[in-house]
Amino acid sequence: MEYSEKVLEHFAHPHNVGKIEDADGIGEVGNAKCGDIMKMYIKVNAGIITDVKFNTYGCASAIATSSMATDMIKGKPVTEALRLTNKAVVEALDGLPAVKIHCSVLAEEAIKAAVKDYYDKNGIAYDPALFKEDTCHYEHHHAE
Amino acid sequence: MQVYADNAATTKLSKTALDAMMPYLTDIYGNASSLYKIGQEAHHGVQHARETVAKVLNADPSEVFFTSGGSEADNWAIKGVAEMMAKKGKKHIITSAFEHHAVLHTVQKLEKYGFEVTYLPVYENGIVHVEDVKNAIRDDTALVTIMYANNEIGTIQPIAEIGAVCREKGVLFHTDAVQAAGHVPIDVRAQNIDMLSMSAHKFHGPKGIGALYCRKGIRLPNLIEGGAQESGRRAGTESVYAMVGMAAALKEASDHMAENAAHMTKLRDRLIDGLLKIDSSRLNGDREHRLPGNVNVSFEGVEGESLLLYLDMKGVSASSGSACTSGSLDPSHVLLAIGLPHEVAHGSLRLSLCESNTEEEIDYIISCVPEIIDRLRSMSPLWERIQKERGNA
Repeated sequence: MEYSEKVLEHFAHPHNVGKIEDADGIGEVGNAKCGDIMKMYIKVNAGIITDVKFNTYGCASAIATSSMATDMIKGKPVTEALRLTNKAVVEALDGLPAVKIHCSVLAEEAIKAAVKDYYDKNGIAYDPALFKEDTCHYEHHHAE
Repeated sequence: MQVYADNAATTKLSKTALDAMMPYLTDIYGNASSLYKIGQEAHHGVQHARETVAKVLNADPSEVFFTSGGSEADNWAIKGVAEMMAKKGKKHIITSAFEHHAVLHTVQKLEKYGFEVTYLPVYENGIVHVEDVKNAIRDDTALVTIMYANNEIGTIQPIAEIGAVCREKGVLFHTDAVQAAGHVPIDVRAQNIDMLSMSAHKFHGPKGIGALYCRKGIRLPNLIEGGAQESGRRAGTESVYAMVGMAAALKEASDHMAENAAHMTKLRDRLIDGLLKIDSSRLNGDREHRLPGNVNVSFEGVEGESLLLYLDMKGVSASSGSACTSGSLDPSHVLLAIGLPHEVAHGSLRLSLCESNTEEEIDYIISCVPEIIDRLRSMSPLWERIQKERGNA
């Protein structure tokens, strides 16, 4: 197992670490038993994500994907953030070892959870299909 | 500063071993089975290596079989005894819950072939109870296999006591001594050990060589057919330089065992004390019955792989029992066996020392770890939750 330079760089110096006290949306995914939890905070203004921070408990790739994923949605419309895929995050990091792909799935889900929280808090209507819970992804990706 | 603290993974080849090996990698290239001079010289190298290993274990040279390493020795001993004993209708094996996978996966494979396996508990301190071994032995027990010292938490098992029980009950006893050989005294006669596995690269010998001690009279089936090497039980042209290197390293480790152990124990205890000053940390495994070089500490709220990679960036090589370092969903089976919750097991750090580590290096590690833990905890939602539950936030 080997990490790309990009992953190590984002792990060594992660971007957007921290919390937003008056966040418009907060999303938390993962669990302690499996060894990773990601919590994302977003600030939204006129449909644009003006600020994003994360707190992550997990391995190097969990921290690196959190860092990269938050970079990728900062300054973007909420609707665009929802379209961010784990694959795009993996590509931006120049790849992840097969056993670490689930970390990128968590990052995608953390963003979605934060957006859903923002929608819920602000009474914004949305298609529930956007936030389908896939509780099995974890095992699937680990089985590679 | 560069500090290598992963000697349970592997060790640096000793100068003595390298010097002993060099002639066999250059001029003495003969096949040890050949009758002319250069072949006989190689043969003497093999013979001398076997005698040296036997002497350290208090065994007879005819009881020492060189293998490719510890895993092969474990596989050979367990599968071989299983084959022998199945013919007598004995299909029960006793082992512990925290064996190395070379043992664990081997007995699990035998379960698929109809063997029944008893996995003894190792309790919170990581030590098998002799009474449990005694109570688990049945009329159809083929083998007891309990490791000498655990590879992750370093706990040393009551091998002589287990050996005595097995001998009394007439059951064969194998021990995986990969972490123990060269580090703690072993006497296969006094400890009633029937079979023992060892690996050279754990005591500053070369990689790719190990040995199985198998007591005279146990007709272990051949591992590899096709030649007279290793008394015909494991065919294949001998890797003379590796055998010679293993023997030289083992003799060196054995000759300096007491002083090395004293030095390492002092460093180990200094490191344990230093790391336990960190909030919400715990030592894994018994503090007394422990390999001289093993430190295994868990830190709540952090994940081990991140911890060890940040340590790597500071020049410290260590390892962890987190799921992320094992490539599976679960953290180390060893840490789970001693009762650690998953989330605590994910935050474990193993530092394994050798005799060339210095006090300065230990102090450097002690100075590096707290800031890394602080950094990881400051961004950990798990730590935030733990603090909230404790009313600290």
